[in-house]
Amino acid sequence: MSIEQSYVELYKEHQADLKKPCSDLLNAGRDEAFARFESLGFPTTHNEDYLYTDLGVPFSIDYGLNLNRLYIPVAFRCDVPSINAYLYYVVNDSFYVTQEQPVLPEGVIICGLNEAAQKYPELVAKYYNRQAGRDKAATVAFNEAFVQDGFFMYVPKGVVLPQPVQLVDIMRSDVDFMANSRNLVIIEEGASAQLLECAHTQDPVQFLCNRVTEVFVCENGSFEYYALENTHNKTTNIGSLLVKQEASSNVLINTVTLHNGLTRNNIRVDLDGANAEILLCGMAIGDKNQQIDNFTQINHNTHHCRSHELFKYVLDDSAIGAFAGRIYVAPGAQKTEALMTNKNLCATPTAKMKAKPQLEIYADDVKCSHGATVGQLDEAALFYMRSRGISVQEAKLLLKFAFAADVIENIRIDALKDRIHLLVEKRFRGELSKCAGCVICQ
Amino acid sequence: MLTIKNLHANINGKEILRGINLQVNEGEIHAIMGPNGSGKSTLSAVLTGNPLFTVTEGEVLFNDKNLLDLAPEDRSREGIFLSFQYPVEIPGVSMTNFMRSAINEHRKYKDLDPISASDFLKLMREKKDLVELDNKLASRSVNEGFSGGEKKRNEIFQMAMLDPKLSILDETDSGLDIDALRIVANGVNKLKTDHNACIVITHYQRLLDYIKPDIVHVLYKGQIVKTAGPELALELEERGYDWIKQEVDAR
Ligand SMILES: Nc1ncnc2c1ncn2[C@@H]1O[C@H](COP(=O)(O)OP(=O)(O)OP(=O)(O)O)[C@@H](O)[C@H]1O
Ligand SMILES: [Mg+2]
Repeated sequence: MSIEQSYVELYKEHQADLKKPCSDLLNAGRDEAFARFESLGFPTTHNEDYLYTDLGVPFSIDYGLNLNRLYIPVAFRCDVPSINAYLYYVVNDSFYVTQEQPVLPEGVIICGLNEAAQKYPELVAKYYNRQAGRDKAATVAFNEAFVQDGFFMYVPKGVVLPQPVQLVDIMRSDVDFMANSRNLVIIEEGASAQLLECAHTQDPVQFLCNRVTEVFVCENGSFEYYALENTHNKTTNIGSLLVKQEASSNVLINTVTLHNGLTRNNIRVDLDGANAEILLCGMAIGDKNQQIDNFTQINHNTHHCRSHELFKYVLDDSAIGAFAGRIYVAPGAQKTEALMTNKNLCATPTAKMKAKPQLEIYADDVKCSHGATVGQLDEAALFYMRSRGISVQEAKLLLKFAFAADVIENIRIDALKDRIHLLVEKRFRGELSKCAGCVICQ
Repeated sequence: MLTIKNLHANINGKEILRGINLQVNEGEIHAIMGPNGSGKSTLSAVLTGNPLFTVTEGEVLFNDKNLLDLAPEDRSREGIFLSFQYPVEIPGVSMTNFMRSAINEHRKYKDLDPISASDFLKLMREKKDLVELDNKLASRSVNEGFSGGEKKRNEIFQMAMLDPKLSILDETDSGLDIDALRIVANGVNKLKTDHNACIVITHYQRLLDYIKPDIVHVLYKGQIVKTAGPELALELEERGYDWIKQEVDAR
């Protein structure tokens, strides 16, 4: 039986269970999405967008799914001190209702996606799947077929959130486990918000998280999104971040993969209104056999938009990094500015980095550039530091830290910036893989 | 303090040092002169443990320790300092973090606790003043975008911070303007005591007018071919190296 076939059986057998707790809106596209997944199959390395990551392999594991919507209690403390955020949790694929829900400004809605779809069907219907529907990825179709809940955030016209929103995703299970959670973020005209999403794993089992996040930023809206992954080595994390920007909107995305197993991030940004601006940054730190594959696509669908992209990888041991930066400039998208930089550091000869910038430009009055470099630690600098009494380990740490610094500089929440500085430093010192009580990453 | 016996060293199989002998005692200042490419910088690189060079023969004792057995960082912690002929730029690493790491690693080696923030700032300020290093430079990345002269001044600043027993100054005078030369040389003189020593590598008498050597050596084709008092430097300034080359090549 093929891997896909086992999911076909699963879906057939359990589609009623899947649909029962969910709103009509989440159920509406389910069958069609599953059919789409079935015809596509999981992407393997034969797929030109997946040259380095075979997703058939992680999906072949026999995972449990929480089809009966059991309540799974968690005990987790977030450790970003003094960030003063509106704090929320998603456990596996369920919005986790805590006793004290933060008090939000008038009109702002933050709740579970399924709850939102039931309570505010018109609002959710206006956006749900509108951006994801443009994406042809099998993993997105798979998510739509199996989705049950996730995180919903709505910031109405003109409202500026005074504090960041922090969403903590926790994978928690006693058996190997899969979650297909779904986030929907709506920033209306002139509204502004910051969202920090931290992904964690709590138990020493095999996890697969296939998450789809749709983001809509309307005219003059502004949105900052920080995605921090700190999961264990037995995690497969597939993230699809699908962003739609209207005219004069301003978005910052900063994805930091601090610790992981296998990660594939698909980031797609559609600049649909003139003067939209995106700064897309990312940092990935890998060691052991970790693999981090960021696939980004920025579509300049109209004129006068700006995109800046900066991704940096630091790879140690036998880690594998992949980066694809695709930029599409539509016919007529004049005065486009699209600048992309990808810099990578391989600290050992066995660490591998595959970088692939791809520009597709159909307009003539544009300013586009891309550059990708793969380098090693600078031997002359290492010796210079050692000659001052600094140990090799410390010298390497300083160089790696210096290398990653500009991505961290693009974090606009000071408390978070300080925290990431510290976490990255701990990570380079090898202290971060030793979460208390975890037996996996030692 | 430092005893070098019959030191031979290679780079990529090419022999550069061909039997160096040298004795440096506490309180002494030695000048090493010699034509371009004779091996002066190679000697300083080998003494500080630069992995590009391979020692094939010989021995180096530093305060009774076998220097060649020590890692570069331990040589520094034991008190050897090199002011590089070509200081290295390290973008993204601030001078402050760099110096703090160095100081703390030296302290750890001596079983001391890390330096307190206020003591560190005080030390930085004091040593910056010694070489009149611009405050702006100290807040930048290590040597990044520094002018040639600024880099040299920064080397002596680091020397002052680390307070070495043996300093090797490799053409610290090159790139310095007349005023900077005086300031930097005065800095070196202020750091001089009866218990430390200095090897000054230079092409010009100019520097030796400020930093007065006890002994002057000429290095040529990987060997020390002449050793004399400070008057040798003056003679070289006047006559160049041809007469020495002829003497040696005739041997
Ligand atoms: N990395 C290297 N690869 C190959 N040869 C080298 C290397 N470094 C030095 N050499 C050679 O070693 C010899 C000695 O060089 P060194 O830098 O020690 O000379 P020097 O006496 O310091 O000269 P200068 O007065 O010009 O600074 C030269 O012939 C030089 O070309
Ligand atoms: Mg030299």
